Amino acid sequence: MEDHIPAIIVAVPLLAALLVTGLWWFEQRLLFFLSMIAGVISFSASARLLLKILESGTVEYRLGGWAPPFGIVFRIDHLNGLILVIVSLVSLLNLAGTRTIAKKEFGEKLGPFYALYLLFTTGLLGILLTGDAFNLYVLVEIASLTGYALIGLGKGRAPISGLNYVLMGTIGASLYLLGIGYLYLVTGSLNMTDIARILPSILPSNVVLMAFILCLSGLFIKMALFPLHSWLPNAYTYSPSLVSSLVAPLTTKVMIYAMFRITLTVFTYDFAFDSIAVRLPILWLAIVAIIMGSIIALAQKRLKKMLSYIIVAEVGYMVGGFWLGNREGMSGAILHVVNDAVMTLCVFMAAAAIVYKLEDDRFSALSGIFRKMPCTMAVMVVGGLSFIGVPPTCGFFSKWYLLMGGIAAGQFAFVAALIFSSLVNVILFFRLFEIGYFKPYAKEITHSQSHADSYTHSITRAEAPFDLLVPLVMTAVLLLILGLFSGEIVTRVVQFAIPRFIG
Amino acid sequence: MESIESLIIAKYNYWAVIVLLMVGLYAMITKKNLVKKIIGMNIFQTAIILFYVSIGAKKGATIPIIMHGPDHSSHAVQAMDYINPLPHVLMLTAIVVSVATLGVALALALNIYSQYGTLEEDEISEKIMKSEPG
Repeated sequence: MEDHIPAIIVAVPLLAALLVTGLWWFEQRLLFFLSMIAGVISFSASARLLLKILESGTVEYRLGGWAPPFGIVFRIDHLNGLILVIVSLVSLLNLAGTRTIAKKEFGEKLGPFYALYLLFTTGLLGILLTGDAFNLYVLVEIASLTGYALIGLGKGRAPISGLNYVLMGTIGASLYLLGIGYLYLVTGSLNMTDIARILPSILPSNVVLMAFILCLSGLFIKMALFPLHSWLPNAYTYSPSLVSSLVAPLTTKVMIYAMFRITLTVFTYDFAFDSIAVRLPILWLAIVAIIMGSIIALAQKRLKKMLSYIIVAEVGYMVGGFWLGNREGMSGAILHVVNDAVMTLCVFMAAAAIVYKLEDDRFSALSGIFRKMPCTMAVMVVGGLSFIGVPPTCGFFSKWYLLMGGIAAGQFAFVAALIFSSLVNVILFFRLFEIGYFKPYAKEITHSQSHADSYTHSITRAEAPFDLLVPLVMTAVLLLILGLFSGEIVTRVVQFAIPRFIG
Repeated sequence: MESIESLIIAKYNYWAVIVLLMVGLYAMITKKNLVKKIIGMNIFQTAIILFYVSIGAKKGATIPIIMHGPDHSSHAVQAMDYINPLPHVLMLTAIVVSVATLGVALALALNIYSQYGTLEEDEISEKIMKSEPG
């Protein structure tokens, strides 16, 4: 059993999704517990795997016992071991919060919701585990298709935003598939390390360069790098609230991980960073992404849409940090993947709680919400401080590494964009805090209708349901823990994820 | 400058793939009807499937099914007699993905139709603009 941990991580949610679909016809009350069991098993297996990697290095698991390059292997090193733990933890925390809200929001579609949830988690965990390029495409599509369906479960503008996401996301995945086709054409292999072994003997080659650009372009669409981000704001704003708190933290980060994996393991650092014609434009795209994401976020009047544009800017951080090419930049990018997943979960879950209680997330409706939902707003404060980059929350440390990397590489435009974005985040979140804490409460809900005059005293606490509050507070605490242990994480895990020769 | 023959005629399979990719992309971008966009997406994916299958072809080779018979089973298989079956197998997966994507897209289109009463993108935008004053 111990040896099969990589397979367990991905097989348990998959089988649980099947069981959930079957159980849905008979016993609806067990769906949540079954999903939680699957999530807990997945998370503990990921944690176990990370500990194993920390003590004995890269783990290679052969599916079915077939040896590479003919068989598919799961190859887990420090990079994906760390992100595996975070992704399974984020998925589990969000799942823990779905108990009361999902019943109200989805009604008779509860079974499909949990099944899609588990399948989405399966797809993401599979992307993180696999060491085979074509398997990566299949798993990217599993995660994406279930993401499309989850987003489409919403009401209002959700289906049209979901369809737009389908169209753009499919182009992205197809471009990636075409790139892998080019690689297969010249190397004859699909295994990542095998391709990396064969490539040096056929370089320099236009086909390989084109394959690289195609794979990257496909992944850029999937991770919503500006200007290919247009599907993201609508898809995340209009999707059901607990779906956006699942999809938003995870999708873009795992696609960014896929970019790391393709660049470092398949095409290798030397080839990827050799050509300035590839490296600099991507860095400039990231800089523009950060600036435009922050500016457009300023113009938003809805909470979830503002947060979605902040995500677009955050993608710019990670892509830019990675393509700086030096050790600090890459450490910052990898650490930011971890931190951003938890930060985004934090704010989106808080937004989900707000939308559940108020049915509205426009800023005009959020006045004085602190008195109604103090705990949720406190968590939102911690999340906001993390986005701004205030120590000891985790956002500060990854931003620090990114800044150091930008200065070391001499890319002062990137440094300026980071600082600009932090200042804009200050404006965005402090405006939110001001509306929430200092404005008088605008909208009354059914409980306290009779006390129209002294609204400050008659506001009854209508906090989010308890089983959403627990994961919320745990996420906020996790932000602080990740911040305090950032040094540990970098020295014990992240620094081994980056190839040794990078200075 | 290579001759027209080696540039176009010898590489006709790549040109076919390019044409199909562009047709699919054109449909997705310019057509206003949602179903036409979805069909464009399908054409785009089909072009890539065609690309993979075409790169497995070999001159003078037959389809990759080993012949069985009274005197064939004891011979070793000569790989050069059969076209490469791996791209075919990979594309089976890609076709399944394409069908699943089509299913999800059509389900979403059904949902949109029941909500807005139309499948034309500009009419849907108008209705959204009217219902959301903010």
